[in-house]
Amino acid sequence: MRLYRLAYRSLLPPLVAFALLLVAWELYAQLVVGAIAGGVRLLPAPSNIITALFTNTAILAPHAWQTFVETAIGFSLALVVGMASAVVIDLSPVLRRAIYPLLVVSQTIPVLALAPLLVLWLGFGITPKVLIVALYCFFPIAVAGARGFQSTDPELVKLFRTFGAGPWYIFRKVRFPGALPSLFAGIRIAVTYSVTGAIWGEYVGAQQGLGIFIQRTQHSFQVTLIFAAVIVIAAMSVGLFLLTLVVERLVIPWYFAERQSKSVLSRDLSLFDPRGGK
Amino acid sequence: METQTINNAICPVAVRLHGIYKSFPHDGGRLDVLRDVSIDVPAGSFASIVGPSGSGKSTLLAILAGLDQPDRGTITLQPVAADAPISQRLGQVGYMPQRDLLLPWRTALDNAVAALEVQGISKHEAQRQAMPLFRQFGLEGFADNYPHELSGGMRQRVSFLRSAISARGLMLLDEPFGGLDALTRSSMQEWLMDAASRLGATFILVTHDVDEAVLLSDRVYVFSSRPARVVRALDIDIPRPRCLEITDNPHFVECRREVLDALRSAGGLTVRALGGARS
Repeated sequence: MRLYRLAYRSLLPPLVAFALLLVAWELYAQLVVGAIAGGVRLLPAPSNIITALFTNTAILAPHAWQTFVETAIGFSLALVVGMASAVVIDLSPVLRRAIYPLLVVSQTIPVLALAPLLVLWLGFGITPKVLIVALYCFFPIAVAGARGFQSTDPELVKLFRTFGAGPWYIFRKVRFPGALPSLFAGIRIAVTYSVTGAIWGEYVGAQQGLGIFIQRTQHSFQVTLIFAAVIVIAAMSVGLFLLTLVVERLVIPWYFAERQSKSVLSRDLSLFDPRGGK
Repeated sequence: METQTINNAICPVAVRLHGIYKSFPHDGGRLDVLRDVSIDVPAGSFASIVGPSGSGKSTLLAILAGLDQPDRGTITLQPVAADAPISQRLGQVGYMPQRDLLLPWRTALDNAVAALEVQGISKHEAQRQAMPLFRQFGLEGFADNYPHELSGGMRQRVSFLRSAISARGLMLLDEPFGGLDALTRSSMQEWLMDAASRLGATFILVTHDVDEAVLLSDRVYVFSSRPARVVRALDIDIPRPRCLEITDNPHFVECRREVLDALRSAGGLTVRALGGARS
């Protein structure tokens, strides 16, 4: 019942909007662009794209797998490095002042400039792609994690000190669990970046992957296949995002239970709400 | 009335503070918070501290709990020696803050045993010790509930239990019922009177509520506004057990009037202090 309402309230509106958009596109592509000679090759209709997606599954699958592997490794690296950075930032105010600006600067480097350099240094293999994904993803994780640690109630820390708890105990048992909701907010943002990072890395130079696939099909003007690859990328991103939501609900069920009991009025846990459904 | 002691390990602590001074850095200078505060709480008795907001009552509790050091003065917690280092008070004294501060990811039982876990007692053993207390403190059947599933009064009971279970004879309560509505607060005061007599520890309560102080205490200390001094120490010799109805008793009314007079003379009769008094 609850799940049904959740699906109804948070999935129905975007699905309806998406369906309307597809219908408009289909009509425009069929009736307006299709009337021009060769127009279909410039803007294929959704039905053409879906057909291409199914007829080219065998070609797309290894590329998609390559991109997925790069994303998964890069994201895992970002998770480890991001959480470690959050801890380091939290442990020492001096390190926070030293590291935080570097983190911000690292995010201002355009991937467009960095990706060719990484390929130049590290070759056409998987390593530069993994690094680009990690670079893309670790910043939101580090920042959200550090903010989570800092959001610990100082009164709570004092209380546990009166119990005789040391800093390490307080960190493990009080501050870390308390930081998890914030950390997951950062992870959600990072996950949506992750696939794009891999695509960028491949675009510059790769043997396999959806990024290089898009580049090749672009060069041979196979617009329908570009769209097909984009659909695979979008599906992969949304799939990873939904997986994150599931993991979040498994790791911090107390957070959702508490939030739901607090806000009886704002019950809809909008999955795609940019505010994270808060 | 049943006055079964719930924890055999508890041995009430006599508290003696003598000439406590405390100041904090403030705007380049120093802000005096406590000036020559001396209080004397016999073992097993219940003392309250009332005073204006921001008068340093909570600072005094923090010093007693071992979270802070006084600039000057001596603290004697018998049987803990007078010259014991600050770290010996941490983990010895039960400190209960105004907000319940329960961990939302732990059940009521797991919250209640948090302090025991810190002291290195296994979770299983800690739970075995805590379970009977759930029954005695009116929390039976709620051990497996999460804090958000409990009412404000119940959360405060779990918070009290968590602090009391690890205390070795001294409980410090920092406005424990300040955040509760008036009805819940009344029932919690009755509950605390019962719990205190079962626990057999020494209690020091900081409150804004003059009625609460008189109802619960053997002795009420009235603090001045900052820097805090003791302006009045009033013994409340109303016999125990007491119940909420004694607030109409002429002797109770007399005690309350004396506390209010002392607050007024100290310049500390704020709107909030009046608001706390039921009449």
